[in-house]
Amino acid sequence: MSLEKIDVERIAQLARLEIAPADMAAYAQSLSDILAFVASMNEVGTDDVEPMAHPLDVAQRLREDVVTETNRREEFQAIAPRVEAGLYLVPRVIE
Amino acid sequence: MPLHLRSIAELRRGLRAREFSSVELTRTFLDRIADLDSRFNAFITVPREGALASAREADGRLAAGTAGALEGIPLAHKDIFCTRGVRTSCGSRMLDSFVAPYDATVVERLAGAGAVMLGKTNMDEFAMGSSNETSYYGPVRNPWDTEAVPGGSSGGSAAAVAARLAPAATGTDTGGSIRQPAALCGVSGIKPTYGAVSRYGMIAFASSLDQAGPMAPSAEDLAWLLASMQGFDERDSTSLERAVPDYPALLGQDVAGLRIGLPREYFGEGLDAGVARAVEEAVRVYERLGARIIDIELPNSNLAVPTYYVVAPAEASSNLARFDGVRYGYRCESPRDLMDMYRRSRGEGFGPEVKRRIMIGTYVLSSGYYDAYYLKAQKLRRLISADFARAFKEVDVIIGPTTPETAFRLGAKQDPLSMYLSDVYTIAVNLAGLPGMSIPCGFAGRSPVGLQLIGDYFTEARLLALAHRYQLETDWHLRMPEGCA
Repeated sequence: MSLEKIDVERIAQLARLEIAPADMAAYAQSLSDILAFVASMNEVGTDDVEPMAHPLDVAQRLREDVVTETNRREEFQAIAPRVEAGLYLVPRVIE
Repeated sequence: MPLHLRSIAELRRGLRAREFSSVELTRTFLDRIADLDSRFNAFITVPREGALASAREADGRLAAGTAGALEGIPLAHKDIFCTRGVRTSCGSRMLDSFVAPYDATVVERLAGAGAVMLGKTNMDEFAMGSSNETSYYGPVRNPWDTEAVPGGSSGGSAAAVAARLAPAATGTDTGGSIRQPAALCGVSGIKPTYGAVSRYGMIAFASSLDQAGPMAPSAEDLAWLLASMQGFDERDSTSLERAVPDYPALLGQDVAGLRIGLPREYFGEGLDAGVARAVEEAVRVYERLGARIIDIELPNSNLAVPTYYVVAPAEASSNLARFDGVRYGYRCESPRDLMDMYRRSRGEGFGPEVKRRIMIGTYVLSSGYYDAYYLKAQKLRRLISADFARAFKEVDVIIGPTTPETAFRLGAKQDPLSMYLSDVYTIAVNLAGLPGMSIPCGFAGRSPVGLQLIGDYFTEARLLALAHRYQLETDWHLRMPEGCA
């Protein structure tokens, strides 16, 4: 699998990453190398193998649907880049 | 014996006997960090006053007779663990100014046992790396050779322990990040069974692989630490509801008659001759102690690294989506619009290796590719795991090298793939979720060699006892880098 610069731009867009134009070719190369490397996975047939999502095949725990967290909004907002009147500020989304 | 050369057990005895105070002990290590760490860059943050305040409180509890298991003992935390009120950077510009609003469960438990936090150790950015060179704070240098890497991602913790800047440290291991730096720095480290130690407050890399564990000079030290770190935590959805063994009390288990498996695949092409010699000598030590050595096969071993480099980046791309420049962490200057803010905050906040892995993960999870990559990798993960299950029907423990070579030069592995292959013997253990450890077993030239011990699920006590037995026979774990004794 060989990626071109245009593929890297598409992936970077999906991943919400700004990649400097000067770095595009290097990323295209290293990503292509890694994908070629992981393609060795295809040397083994796995038609009847059940996928393993979790190391220990255990079920997720359930708990009562009750509030367990206390409200710590001020503490959490104190570490935010920009807040105003208890709200997180971001650039205008709707014109 | 100087305080910085004593084991956790000796420090416990000394503190309880009032031979020295926690404040004296803590100051000893803070002074060592101040004097020596400019050589190694093992620490990112050292909250000196906070450490001394904790030490004074510990002394109070020691005097009052309410001491916890690790009361007054100083420890370093990998900077991946959230520490309330102390910067938690994860080795990244993204979190350079992030002061965690809460403690990770590991941090909380160790503090609850009375341990004193000395500081936060350097690491590869978001734990993505095997050399500590991806850290925003610069590489850590190996105390055995400051031109060589300490390994990664828990390289700061490994170097801090190797140079005795801390009696012990925490680490995390997603593909070898405790064991590989432990091997390269000549210290001991254990990655417990997946789910044994809580992941709450440990900044997520690949959630189905990440596991925390201790790093220290000896297996006995690890036993003390792990006993306090481990345990069920309802705040981690994959935490296991199991009783925690009394590891220090179980160190005396006998080795005689134990069946030790040597995987043929771990001794083949690519293994450095000096590493092979040291590991083979360690095998002979176990043989002399009465263990039975059995050759085994783990036939899908060659698939572990490719499988990992689908699973881990896929999970990382999802976990690291939370860094959006809105709620915490880095935000770019003067964004044009929301998309520009996301893309530039992430583009500027993450380093090249993190961006590379996010892009790999994004690609393999993108529409049309899921079956070919992530699903395929999950199937191979089953095969890799089944190899171990078969092996553990014949043997009690598996041993081999931790790494294919000793510590390499800073800058020697510029190509990502050559770096990824540093973890060729450790990654399969994470994919299977098994416990694994590394202990020092000699030198190749001047560089320490690590012996890897892999156990079946929940056999940490046996691994620690096996390592402890070896350390009673040998003194590799007591060797010190020049200028650190």
